[in-house]
Amino acid sequence: MAERPSAGPLAWLDHFGRSVLAALDELGRFFYIMSSSVLWSFRRPFDGAELLRQMVRVGWDSIPVVFLTCLFTGMVLALQTYRGFERFHAEGFVGSVVALSLTRELAPVLTGLMVAGRVGSAMAAELGTMRVTEQIDALYAMATEPIHYLVVPRVNASILMLPVLTIIGDAVGIIGGWLIAVGLFDANSYLYVDRTFQFLEVNDVTSGLIKAAFFGLILSVTGCAKGFYTAGGAEGVGRATTSAVVTACLYILLSDFFLTKVLF
Amino acid sequence: MPAAASTPHAAPTGPMISVIGLVKSFGAKQVLNGIDLAVGRGESLVLVGGSGAGKSVFIKHLIGLIQPDEGHVVVDGVDLTLAPPETVLALRKRFGMSFQEGALFDSKTVFDNIAFPILRHRTRDRGQVAARVRECLELVRLPGIEDKMPSELSGGMRRRVGFARAIALEPEILLFDEPTTGLDPINTAAIGNVINQLRSELGVTAVTITHDMNLARRIADRIAMMRRGRILSIDTPDLFQRSDNWFVRAFLDGEVPEEDRP
Repeated sequence: MAERPSAGPLAWLDHFGRSVLAALDELGRFFYIMSSSVLWSFRRPFDGAELLRQMVRVGWDSIPVVFLTCLFTGMVLALQTYRGFERFHAEGFVGSVVALSLTRELAPVLTGLMVAGRVGSAMAAELGTMRVTEQIDALYAMATEPIHYLVVPRVNASILMLPVLTIIGDAVGIIGGWLIAVGLFDANSYLYVDRTFQFLEVNDVTSGLIKAAFFGLILSVTGCAKGFYTAGGAEGVGRATTSAVVTACLYILLSDFFLTKVLF
Repeated sequence: MPAAASTPHAAPTGPMISVIGLVKSFGAKQVLNGIDLAVGRGESLVLVGGSGAGKSVFIKHLIGLIQPDEGHVVVDGVDLTLAPPETVLALRKRFGMSFQEGALFDSKTVFDNIAFPILRHRTRDRGQVAARVRECLELVRLPGIEDKMPSELSGGMRRRVGFARAIALEPEILLFDEPTTGLDPINTAAIGNVINQLRSELGVTAVTITHDMNLARRIADRIAMMRRGRILSIDTPDLFQRSDNWFVRAFLDGEVPEEDRP
């Protein structure tokens, strides 16, 4: 191996080069896990029980955290916009603003971020532990492709459940907004509900759900990839877990921009 | 002991596993340094050697868990380094591998661990699966622990459950990575007996890694000594015991050889 320069611009270049290589390496792993999990999704045996188990873990178990996040986001959104819109007598549009922001943007993104923290990290920790205790090698040795058995149900469950969670988030957030507008600012309940749905189109909701499915793909593939390539014992598992959350959140926010640009 | 086993370097009836010029490095560290080896059908080969000799890395090459930098691993005529992934995956059904710490799925019960390969590759009939799991547990002298979780078992018990899982599909080739490390002499002898029993009943080919010379003598047709990623010597247990190779002597006598002293 070539000797590493210890100082000067060469050292900086050396460091920079290594960082670029590491980043490309990671991107390669991400796309490898993603493409192979798609390919293996269509191969037998189909493990329905494991898919269901993962759907419960990703979906059902995340309902409380998504519920609270979206409820309070809807509430604070109503609070902020009401105060602002009051200044130019546009309080009547608070319902529309809350509904549009939630369905198009906030519910899918916040659900993605919360589930990345809850589930993406757990996936990285679980697969990472399996890697360092040779359980993944044991799967290979038992003629079972770990991507098929471990990654496919997690990725599919996330793609399926994130839109479901987002619908719940949409509804809960809109109700939260209504609670504040009607309960705190004495807005006319009938008018508020009417305005909420007056400007809301089906496309607003579906585009949010498509984004949510993408975020499900991103957070599960990131979590699985980080776990799958864990090295270095317990410390490595810790690193993989943290990095899974940070990376997944970053990917979600970056892809959110581009998806929004494409979808709308 | 098979008669052919008395001729070292030659496999009894045409090799089940051939290893040709195996080289593997991790980063700057060369772990395997050109290994040539043949394991005959039904033969039991035991690899001994100090820690860090490359034994674990070597045995993982035999089942395609690690790809070599150079060289070939041929199992029953299929070159693992060249074969497509599907072929390698199918070939692995004929292997059973027992890992150093058992490598049990810690979220599954003992039953589900042993049933895993059976359910995936053989039958989904609950009665047949349960019968086979019971049989495997009896073989490793752990009857009736089907409902326990791996975390409730001692290290030695975990190892033996891993062993039961490895033999669940009645494999043709068994690989053991340190099967008896940390086990008491009675369980060590039991594991040795199971390996011998499987060989006599099913004609299993076995490759075992161990530090334990008692186990090696009990189960080996040939013993190979590994050092620094090379095979230093390979002999029948009798000849190995009388070897005049300086490193083998030092290993058998439990001495640290000159060169390896700090």
